[in-house]
Amino acid sequence: MTIQRNDWSLQRKGIIDQERHKDRVKEAIRKNLGSIVSNEAIILSDGKRTVKVPIRALDEYKFRFNYQKGKHVGQGDGKTRVGDVIAREGRPGSGSGSGAGPAGQDTGVDYYEAEVNIDEIAALIFEDLQLPYLQEKAKKAVQSRKTQFNEIRRTGVIANLDKRRMILENIRRNAREGNPRFGDIKKEDLRFKTWEEVMRYESNAVVIAMIDVSGSMGEFKKYIARSFYFWMVRFLRTKYDNVDIVFISHHTEAKEVTEEQFFTQGESGGTVVSSAYQLALDIIRQRYRPADWNIYPFHFSDGDNYYSDNEEAVRLADELISTCNLFGYGEIGEEGSSSYRRSSGALLSIFNDRLQNKDRFVGVRIDDKEDVYPALKEFFGKRGVETPA
Amino acid sequence: MIDLEIKNLEAAVEQIWAVARSFGLDPYPTNFEIVPASVMYEVGSYALPGRYSHWTFGKAYHRMKTMYDFGLSKIYEVVINTNPAYGFLLETNSPIQNKLVIAHVLGHVDFFKNNVYFSKTNRRMVESVSTHAQRMMEYEFKFGRKNVERFLDAVLAIEEHIDPYFFIKRELSPAEEKRRSELRPKDGPYDDLWLLDKAATESSNTDSEEERNEESQPRERLPEKDLLFYIMKHSPVLSAWQRDAIAMVHEEMEYFVPQMQTKIMNEGWASIWHARIMRELDLTDNEHIEFANLHSGVVSPHKGQLNPYYLGYKIYEDIERRWNEPSDDERKTFARQGNEGRDKIFEVRELENDVSFLRNYLTEELCEELDLFVYELVEEESWTITEKRWGKVRDQVVSNMTNFGFPYLEVVDGDYNGNRELYLKHRYEGTELDMRYARKALEHVHTLWGRPVHLETVVDEESTVLHFNGDEHLED
Repeated sequence: MTIQRNDWSLQRKGIIDQERHKDRVKEAIRKNLGSIVSNEAIILSDGKRTVKVPIRALDEYKFRFNYQKGKHVGQGDGKTRVGDVIAREGRPGSGSGSGAGPAGQDTGVDYYEAEVNIDEIAALIFEDLQLPYLQEKAKKAVQSRKTQFNEIRRTGVIANLDKRRMILENIRRNAREGNPRFGDIKKEDLRFKTWEEVMRYESNAVVIAMIDVSGSMGEFKKYIARSFYFWMVRFLRTKYDNVDIVFISHHTEAKEVTEEQFFTQGESGGTVVSSAYQLALDIIRQRYRPADWNIYPFHFSDGDNYYSDNEEAVRLADELISTCNLFGYGEIGEEGSSSYRRSSGALLSIFNDRLQNKDRFVGVRIDDKEDVYPALKEFFGKRGVETPA
Repeated sequence: MIDLEIKNLEAAVEQIWAVARSFGLDPYPTNFEIVPASVMYEVGSYALPGRYSHWTFGKAYHRMKTMYDFGLSKIYEVVINTNPAYGFLLETNSPIQNKLVIAHVLGHVDFFKNNVYFSKTNRRMVESVSTHAQRMMEYEFKFGRKNVERFLDAVLAIEEHIDPYFFIKRELSPAEEKRRSELRPKDGPYDDLWLLDKAATESSNTDSEEERNEESQPRERLPEKDLLFYIMKHSPVLSAWQRDAIAMVHEEMEYFVPQMQTKIMNEGWASIWHARIMRELDLTDNEHIEFANLHSGVVSPHKGQLNPYYLGYKIYEDIERRWNEPSDDERKTFARQGNEGRDKIFEVRELENDVSFLRNYLTEELCEELDLFVYELVEEESWTITEKRWGKVRDQVVSNMTNFGFPYLEVVDGDYNGNRELYLKHRYEGTELDMRYARKALEHVHTLWGRPVHLETVVDEESTVLHFNGDEHLED
């Protein structure tokens, strides 16, 4: 029988294996980017830097009983009766018993929630992405001027005296005269810092986000569009100093809206796609000269355009394409109907058939949350790299 | 902690040991270690110090440590079943907390030493796991960390599926015993060298004979409850290091199984003795209040759930009372003399496990007093109490403890379809498997077996077989 107190400071096993676990989390994230990209926690993160996302791949799978279908034994306060409801399903923590397994059987949570840093996720996602047809536009001078001390001169204002250099010069001069020490400062020892005025230039990009808010665009479809725009804007911000976003929503008419309205607006009416394209062209003409701006119009719709408008839509899309770097069109299907394809009346197939400038057009079909990541890759894939600037 | 405190603690250990012995407890000598929280959580998450590395341990460690750092939960006590035993004390414990933990630990160690289900456990397990860790590390070095890790993922998916009475199998059959003794050299220290020649010339025949024996063995032994053992022995695809890795996991699980089988009994036993020992110590009023607080925190009903500490504690108390002061009926029917309570609970701690403990000693009165009930999900939304009758409640809790709460799986055929496919059967007893998990776990079994695997179970009261061939899941 002894009591000991050893030095455990070198004990690292738990920490080492915790690192292994972290490696697994990273790997799982990499493999599950498809589902993480459209995870609500991230898209609705609202400025938070880290969020929790469930990662199924980290479950420790075993043969176990179905907790929901099992009978369990619990203990009450002495007054329980048959028929009492002790907890509700799907709201763990409410009531008393739902999370509580019989003794010795840890049911735990159904999946592992990893804390992820959105910037890290973004870095992983953007690893393979690039801006197609990126062009050096005439850069726009920003109003602010910056001063930069970047030169040393023998004359200047005394406030900008560089004392360190002065001392060095003094010692050097004394040494040349055979007396290596500091002292006896003369005018020729003085050194001054001087500055230059620098103009800052920024390269600019504008995203023209267009969304169809007609009656057929439900919650799911809008969510898809939203998650896509979330990543697109983030991605563009890594490439450009300044990214403007113009929000346009349309049904039979188009109007410019705020971000908030863009994502929350109620839906009604039919669809006239050309109205949005016309408005986009107008805005480009007024505010974003193609000579100065990289322009990326993207449009999400369910493709249910009025038949009579198709001709006009194709014409304006072509015009839009000729002014911009890349025109993206995403057609969102019904949730979970991945095998279902719309008839040839849908806009995507019309675009594919009739557009003139197809090399700058990317059209994708999204039927499922998991399709958002492939769509991003499609839009920002390796393409158009060789285009001369 | 300053030396004086350690000195005081040493004195307390001696005193507690003496009190425990005077009550009739018979623990192994026990060494106590005062450790910082990080070590406490490390030992807690690996269940034994120095085990092999795997990310799942890191995950458990991270979770425990985080809970501790946020003040959500705290482990007071970790005890290790070895001889001598080890108890870990958290360095931030107060003196009373430490005394309580020491008393509690001695209860556990007495249980480890004397309960029959522990009689075959390796009491030098800490050394064994550290050689395992060493070997696992060598395999990582030789065959790649990723490969070892992936392989362990698959092994750990079925680690609970061993036979708790495996030690019976390990003893050789008489025929095997005879064959081996014939191989053993007889006279002279170097005579065995001659046998090398003999063995070399005969090796071709015996080998093929052995092989044939090996081939026919699986069929004879089936069904086999010990999936790990069966796969280790008979998988068509494993290499030597992989079989060795399974053997290591198997050995460690053999060590842990008795603890899984006796959770309620073991905690109840330690709780009843820490309470009695503490009452024998000279405590000041303040210390007494602190102790009472701690004790009631450990031994109290958790509303809606079963607290193993509390349940075990109450059952031992009830047994002791019923054997000390038997009712007239009990005197007559069972010829109980009275005043046999102490002997009886010592007998129970020696002979029972959780399943038999609850089946034999969870009485109707106790069930009512504890207000136990069966609850289940009704209409997929409300967890509802559906049964309060004693017999039903007792049978349910016993059934949930059976096979330490895991589904009972067996290998029924290792050459299914005449194609070396593995056929597993779930012995369905009324509770369905979690099918999503079952499919994923089956993928792990496929990794180990390397050929198509099948699992027969029951879904919606219909017999269902899951198949996995390496690419896709089928079901019929």
